[in-house]
Amino acid sequence: MCCRFGDLYKECCDDDCNYVSFALIFLFTGNNFRTFSMAPALLARTHVNYEVKGDVAVVRINDPSSKVNTLSVQMQREMTEVMNEVWANNAVQSAVLISSKPGCFIAGADINMIQACNSPEEVTTLSQEGQKMFERIENSPKPVVAAINGSCLGGGLEFAIACQYRVATKSKKTVLGTPEVMLGLLPGAGGTQRLPKMLGLPSAFDMMLTGRNIRADKAKKMGLVDQLVDPLGPGLKSPEERTIDYLEEVAIECARGIVSKKIPLRKEKGRMQKIQDHIMSYGFVRNQIYKTVHGKVMKQSKGLYPAPLKIIEVISICNSSLCEANVTHFHGCFQNFGELAKTSESAALIGLYHGQVACKKNRFGTPQKEVKTLAILGAGLMGAGIAQVTVDKGVHTVLKDTAVAGLARGEQQVYKGLNDKTRKKNITSFQRDSILSNLTGQLDYRGFENADMVIEAVFEDINIKHAVLKEVEAVVSPHCIFASNTSALPIKDIAAASKRPDKVIGMHYFSPVDKMQLLEIISTDQTSKDTIASAVAVGLKQGKVIIVVGDGPGFYTTRCLAPMLAEAVRVLQEGVDPKKLDGLTTSFGFPVGAATLADEVGIDVAAHVAEDLGKAFGSRFGGGNVEVLKTMVDLGFKGRKSGKGCYVYQPGLKTKEVNPDIGDILEKYRITPNPAVSSDSDVQYRLVSRFVNEAVMCLQEGILNGPLEGDIGAVFGLGFPPCLGGPFRFVDSFGADKLVEKMRRFEAVYGNHFTPCQLLLDHANDSSKKFHK
Amino acid sequence: MRFGACSLSTTTQLQAQVQTKSKKTLARPGVKNIVLVEGVRTPFLLSGTTYADLMPHDLARAALQGLLNRTNLPKDAVDYIIYGTVIQEVKTSNVAREAALGAGFSDKIPAHTVTMACISSNQAMTTGAGLIAAGQCDAIVAGGVEFMSDVPIRHSRKMRKTMLSLSRAKTLGQRLGLIGSIRLAHLTPELPAVAEFSTAETMGHSADRLAAAFGVSRLEQDEFALRSHTLAKKAQDDGLLQDVISFKVPGRDIVSKDNGIRPSSMEQLKKLKPAFIKPHGTVTAANSSFLTDGASAVLIMSEEKALAMGYKPKAYLRPTYGTPKALERAGLSMSDIDVFEFHEAFAGQIMANLKAMDSDWLPRHTWVGTPPMEKFNLWGGSLSLGHPFGATGCRLVTTVAHRLQKEGGQYGLVAACAAGGQGHAMVIEAYPQ
Repeated sequence: MCCRFGDLYKECCDDDCNYVSFALIFLFTGNNFRTFSMAPALLARTHVNYEVKGDVAVVRINDPSSKVNTLSVQMQREMTEVMNEVWANNAVQSAVLISSKPGCFIAGADINMIQACNSPEEVTTLSQEGQKMFERIENSPKPVVAAINGSCLGGGLEFAIACQYRVATKSKKTVLGTPEVMLGLLPGAGGTQRLPKMLGLPSAFDMMLTGRNIRADKAKKMGLVDQLVDPLGPGLKSPEERTIDYLEEVAIECARGIVSKKIPLRKEKGRMQKIQDHIMSYGFVRNQIYKTVHGKVMKQSKGLYPAPLKIIEVISICNSSLCEANVTHFHGCFQNFGELAKTSESAALIGLYHGQVACKKNRFGTPQKEVKTLAILGAGLMGAGIAQVTVDKGVHTVLKDTAVAGLARGEQQVYKGLNDKTRKKNITSFQRDSILSNLTGQLDYRGFENADMVIEAVFEDINIKHAVLKEVEAVVSPHCIFASNTSALPIKDIAAASKRPDKVIGMHYFSPVDKMQLLEIISTDQTSKDTIASAVAVGLKQGKVIIVVGDGPGFYTTRCLAPMLAEAVRVLQEGVDPKKLDGLTTSFGFPVGAATLADEVGIDVAAHVAEDLGKAFGSRFGGGNVEVLKTMVDLGFKGRKSGKGCYVYQPGLKTKEVNPDIGDILEKYRITPNPAVSSDSDVQYRLVSRFVNEAVMCLQEGILNGPLEGDIGAVFGLGFPPCLGGPFRFVDSFGADKLVEKMRRFEAVYGNHFTPCQLLLDHANDSSKKFHK
Repeated sequence: MRFGACSLSTTTQLQAQVQTKSKKTLARPGVKNIVLVEGVRTPFLLSGTTYADLMPHDLARAALQGLLNRTNLPKDAVDYIIYGTVIQEVKTSNVAREAALGAGFSDKIPAHTVTMACISSNQAMTTGAGLIAAGQCDAIVAGGVEFMSDVPIRHSRKMRKTMLSLSRAKTLGQRLGLIGSIRLAHLTPELPAVAEFSTAETMGHSADRLAAAFGVSRLEQDEFALRSHTLAKKAQDDGLLQDVISFKVPGRDIVSKDNGIRPSSMEQLKKLKPAFIKPHGTVTAANSSFLTDGASAVLIMSEEKALAMGYKPKAYLRPTYGTPKALERAGLSMSDIDVFEFHEAFAGQIMANLKAMDSDWLPRHTWVGTPPMEKFNLWGGSLSLGHPFGATGCRLVTTVAHRLQKEGGQYGLVAACAAGGQGHAMVIEAYPQ
């Protein structure tokens, strides 16, 4: 199960670290020396202030109410005031723009401000006002140098590129990017015009369409920043404080250099750049590029996301040579921004963003004991994956297997994960080695008395689980938590063999563990609150987005997936080709098609789950014949891991062909489709409605804590279409009544597989009921 | 960061409790006194100059022979020989042994080589002192050598792999296949790393960041460098650098003077561009120590052995390597020290160290203040005399001994920093004259 969307998303939100304490210190100590003249209105301003150092005005940004600086209404107002004073002050020749927050320059526009707008027109006005200020900065007669340390994203980046010069620290926290596309928006304050001019079309497209974060050194190479400054180590002040001071000193020198013409603002372009510019000056070349990019976006997004398409459109208009400096299309950009901000896709993506931030908090409080040693049983794909995301967080990680070969494979997986990071220069080889020194691989229970938590990732068989639970409890200390990485076995069944069920919990990771962000934590009635708090704390340390759900067969995620896969098998039995099935699911917005998903999960696992959950929930979980999956397993078609499943996987080959041997199996279990419910759209809704109905039922039964966690779990764990925002937001936007209507039609043909649950019916009967307010 | 830690650990070794000023000897009952009998060094030359065609052990040999000449020491009177070096010539990886044999020492005398970045020869001396203190030896020759005129430049790993396979190939076909597999990329040579392996940062880059972290300005660094060169020039002109021996370089002239001392003017220094962090860095070629060839050697003995052999020792050595409490252990305070010799790798680094010692960086109870400049590196330092990595430690110790004799002081303090976040400090006590 691989969710590309989630990957992109991850970096965007990692910036919300703990800056509060620093911010406060700066508020009180920032300005108590070297001040020549203070702005008269300083006391009235809370977000932006400035001091004049010689002939340079140092403008400092600091939002006192938040961990990060955002371009809020107040920030914009104060910035305008300050800049007006700077421009009016004859003693000032140039300005430096810097943030007083150690990890953040400006993280972007204030999302809440955009959401608070009632109409596209209101958003358009907001965007226009931001752009107006940036335009004045761009045309400033006194050069403005942006001194960037920490995240410089979205509107923050657009601000920075409106300045005449950019100096950035090489700190790991310094990232530049335009993540708007991930929120279903476009860079609405000049990015679509300035970035292509600055970087050329290809790089600008890459930035704006992927929304990815760019590190300072890469930004320098691209020409996004002009000069780099090394972060400093311990010295007369804390490294963070002194680094900001140093950045400011260097930026001031740059500002003076620009005024004295020692630093040229127009850089001599390289030969390649000149050639590229020349080629780009032809309209038909540009059009070809727009066409190619448009095609790529359509292929990847299936046209389900309006934002990237709008970005291409806006860039193509703004950069056509005819319309240079034509005010109307600037206006067009703002309008597009306003329209995008009010689309359901943007609402869905912003909802996910908020949900993700919420799921990165521990609502169970701080655990009594921090987990310093984590032992993992089973060095398979999952076990080693868990080790991989744990060991680099400073936690001593013990990886135990029963066989040398399995252990060696697992340790190699951990090594490879870290080594790949080294090759991408995310960490040095020295860091890799010192991280690995925290990993202990072993075949016995030596040292388990020091473990604070044991996560088992052994074979999915209740008897084996009971056996390892007893073995573990015999050797660990009383405070040690036992977590099971099962995907379907009820935790209370596992805990039945435990002497201390309050310490037993479920931690359901998704494969590949280092890529998938979701962690589903399952608590039973007996699990203590401290155990949950501890499991959440570990998951957060591992960088996971966490949902905490109640116990039951399949918990939340597996339980939602099972009926959809059962339906997928039925669809296959009805004669739909796996490729066609994949096409139907991906065009609905799933990042991975249903047939491919089954291969990724493993046909054996799918068969296992289908059988178990079928027993637990009865005929409602029926649909496709489980025998289809079982026969495939018998023939060795266990999915990607065995090389064959619905498809044939050949190493090194990117394209995959349908496994020719499954034709016979499907022929054997062939069902005649009912034409009344077999149109492409019907097939899509058959798959999705079963997923959604089961999700709503999980909320109804109290498995889920709320719709928000339900949406996050479905999108980040199972790849539910991000543009729909998750099953609950989908019900809200699609309409529960319309969904129920479709389900009733399917129910008439297939029976109780499609019977809507009570909560869904309630929503269908009362249109004022919404899962998300 | 690493450099910062390194230099600072040096300074923390100066921690001391406030003590009453007592100029008593530091001798302790039951502990053997270890004395420095003599210390010499070859002239330190800019690499690529007169020593260019030598090999490292030639330089070490010259230092050893110089020591023998000065002391008239019988060649079999030494129990052990230890040398420090940083960049190793692969042909003479135990350079101590090669140099000792070449200098005519008995082949019965064991010799080993130590490496610990810029404090390699400090470590050689400390190891020697340890052997004497443990009662295993009575007389030790310790030294250091560095030869930057020639460094081991290797074939690339790919090429080495191919060449090693080639030597194992049995048939002509296999050999031709291997030779055929060589691509242009195989031929890219591998230079010895100037960067620290663990942090991948070069020392100059690190020194620049350190200087910035402690707010050391370019002006301060240039002034310090100028001071170092000026003092070195004066010391050289006044004939104070007695540890330098003359060395007849095969095929060339006799060398008897350091050639890196170049007192310049602030105007000249100001003109230089930053060498590592561009364009806003503060460390330049002029305020850094230069690449140097040179070797040093000292004769260390137990006091009774030295006296029995009729030597007049120069100083007591009180090495306290590894303890961050050189002064505290010696029971001294900063004001008791008459002579300071600190290693100056970069002006920025040494200035940052001095600022750190005078700041809140150190915990208050360990605060000892900064060494007074009128006692500090008065005969020049690594910036001006040169810094052959492996050989600098012995120069520092010998210089302290000579300065104590010349200036009439009682205690000296040696401190040096090294790559990898390490440091070394030693208290030296004048031998009663």
